[in-house]
Amino acid sequence: MTATLPPPPPPQPPDPPDPPDPGQDPGGAPDAAGGDEPERPAWSVPGAGALRETGKLFALALSVARLTFKRPFQFREFVEQFWFIASVTILPAALVSIPFGAVIALQVGSLTQQFGAQSFTGGASVLAVIQQASPLIVALLISGAAGSAICADLGSRKIREELDAMEVMGVSPVQRLVVPRVLATMGVAVLLNGLVSVVGTLGGYFFNVIMQGGTPGAYLSSFSALAQLPDLYISEIKALIFGFIAGIVAAYRGLNPRGGPKGVGDAVNQSVVITFLLLFFVNTILTSIYLQVVPPKGG
Amino acid sequence: MGIEVVVDGLTKSFGRQNIWRDVTLTLPAGEVSVLLGPSGTGKTVFLKSLIGLLKPERGHVRVDGVDMVNDRERDVFEARKKFGLMFQDGALFGSMSLFDNVAFPLREHTRKKESEIRRIVMERMDLVGLGGAEGKLPGEISGGMRKRAGLARALVLDPEIVLCDEPDSGLDPVRTAFISQLLIDVNAQIDATMLIVTHNIDIACTVPDNIGMLFRRNLVTFGPREVLLTSEEPVVSQFLSGSRLGPIGMSEEKDAATLAAEGFDASAPARAGVREIVPQLEPSPGMPPRQAVDRHRERVLGMLAQLPTAARNAIVAGIGSSVAEARTLTMPGLPEERP
Repeated sequence: MTATLPPPPPPQPPDPPDPPDPGQDPGGAPDAAGGDEPERPAWSVPGAGALRETGKLFALALSVARLTFKRPFQFREFVEQFWFIASVTILPAALVSIPFGAVIALQVGSLTQQFGAQSFTGGASVLAVIQQASPLIVALLISGAAGSAICADLGSRKIREELDAMEVMGVSPVQRLVVPRVLATMGVAVLLNGLVSVVGTLGGYFFNVIMQGGTPGAYLSSFSALAQLPDLYISEIKALIFGFIAGIVAAYRGLNPRGGPKGVGDAVNQSVVITFLLLFFVNTILTSIYLQVVPPKGG
Repeated sequence: MGIEVVVDGLTKSFGRQNIWRDVTLTLPAGEVSVLLGPSGTGKTVFLKSLIGLLKPERGHVRVDGVDMVNDRERDVFEARKKFGLMFQDGALFGSMSLFDNVAFPLREHTRKKESEIRRIVMERMDLVGLGGAEGKLPGEISGGMRKRAGLARALVLDPEIVLCDEPDSGLDPVRTAFISQLLIDVNAQIDATMLIVTHNIDIACTVPDNIGMLFRRNLVTFGPREVLLTSEEPVVSQFLSGSRLGPIGMSEEKDAATLAAEGFDASAPARAGVREIVPQLEPSPGMPPRQAVDRHRERVLGMLAQLPTAARNAIVAGIGSSVAEARTLTMPGLPEERP
């Protein structure tokens, strides 16, 4: 029995890149030259990597959507995450929304004053707060405070092989950990959006009426003249979608960190940046669709 | 009783880097097997491929009708419930106490009452010698305890296949001996198919019924323990003796020039025959006898004719001459007798 080497295998078709195994022991890298180089397909086209990542992100989003309806639902995990996310976002959201509402009110107020449409300040600033500012503030806070925590949590579990252990025990980490987290970010985003809208509107009212000498009656009546219920709907829909995006991106980056503890740090960083980019992009699309579909009340 | 794991032509690469290719072996039902190999030959990758965590490009791993490599994810998940995997460092959930860690599979997969769960968990914790530590967090205990807790968690669902990733790493020789004994006792009690991946020679010599060895991206050999322990292959004897002389180098394998400089002739038989075979561990007193022993003996006697002479002699000497002689005499007719 001699250790003869069989002829080298024929070239492989590009294998579906499975997640590089960062928790890999030295046994995973069989050769000094190899190091812990992440798995790469044999071919590479510029941009293919980005496409692949996007595809995997969508795949995760799909499987989260599918597994949401799979029993048993991790209710306990959901409540814990919901509570955690709410507790880290409520106060900053409220504190951010007051000056934000104020700034918009002041800016719009000063503009409208210049061409004598001061009576419409209320409607304009409230619409800006509810439709744009509020969902974005919520999403930025959720992604910055909760998303980074989710990403770091999942990432460190991944490199400690906890997620592998879970899979080995026949428990899907996506169903057990990711689904409750994504649902929690969505739920908190929707509720927080309500809070931010109210606080932002109050802040705008306060600054317009008290600081700029606007009349309370004009503020409120322009509000009901220009704003309509669909504005509130789109605001909540945006918050829901942004919460979903923040949760999915954080979970995706957390599940696929590259190379050890440093990789988890990088993953957190990337998850926040990617979420921000996606949010503004998606916001543009949602806003333009909304403006096309829903007729403005004043028109 | 454990179930058989059939590995057929398994090949795994990371990118262009081939880890091992064409690995074919069968883990016999209920027996303890060890996979040896120098550091960095992809032993852990092999374990993860068996259980479907990594997907090799080619080959099959058949467990009870399910192909862990190519079948649908749902079937693979279902089949994984038959496995217990003990990770190198335990891979315990850092946020849960040891009790919750060990109870986790029970809570996920069974509808047992909490009192029932408590009973089973405590039983398993006592089995691995962790009674009384169930309230601790994984961060508060030593590496050896984490390993044992990982084993307890792997055993809690009464798996039919137990995989152990380097049960000895980071343990002192005494603890390693204890964990070897523990593995044998576990096999005696639950009669599961076990595969231990290690580079510890003590474990390899005393624990398993079968030994295999990975080297140079290939499975050098896999068979009854006597085959590898008496093997005259340079790689095997170098590994077993822990010598610097031989084909294994610091970075996996030496090139021809280094070998020549050493004056090592790869074709020359190494100092074999000097090694004597250490007897296999018996279950601790009070444990039931291992049912695998009889099955293993039957199986080995059946294949005795195909084994190398040294291994055959060792086996014959090992089992006691009376049985073996009777078998050797009737050898030609033997294969037909076996089912």
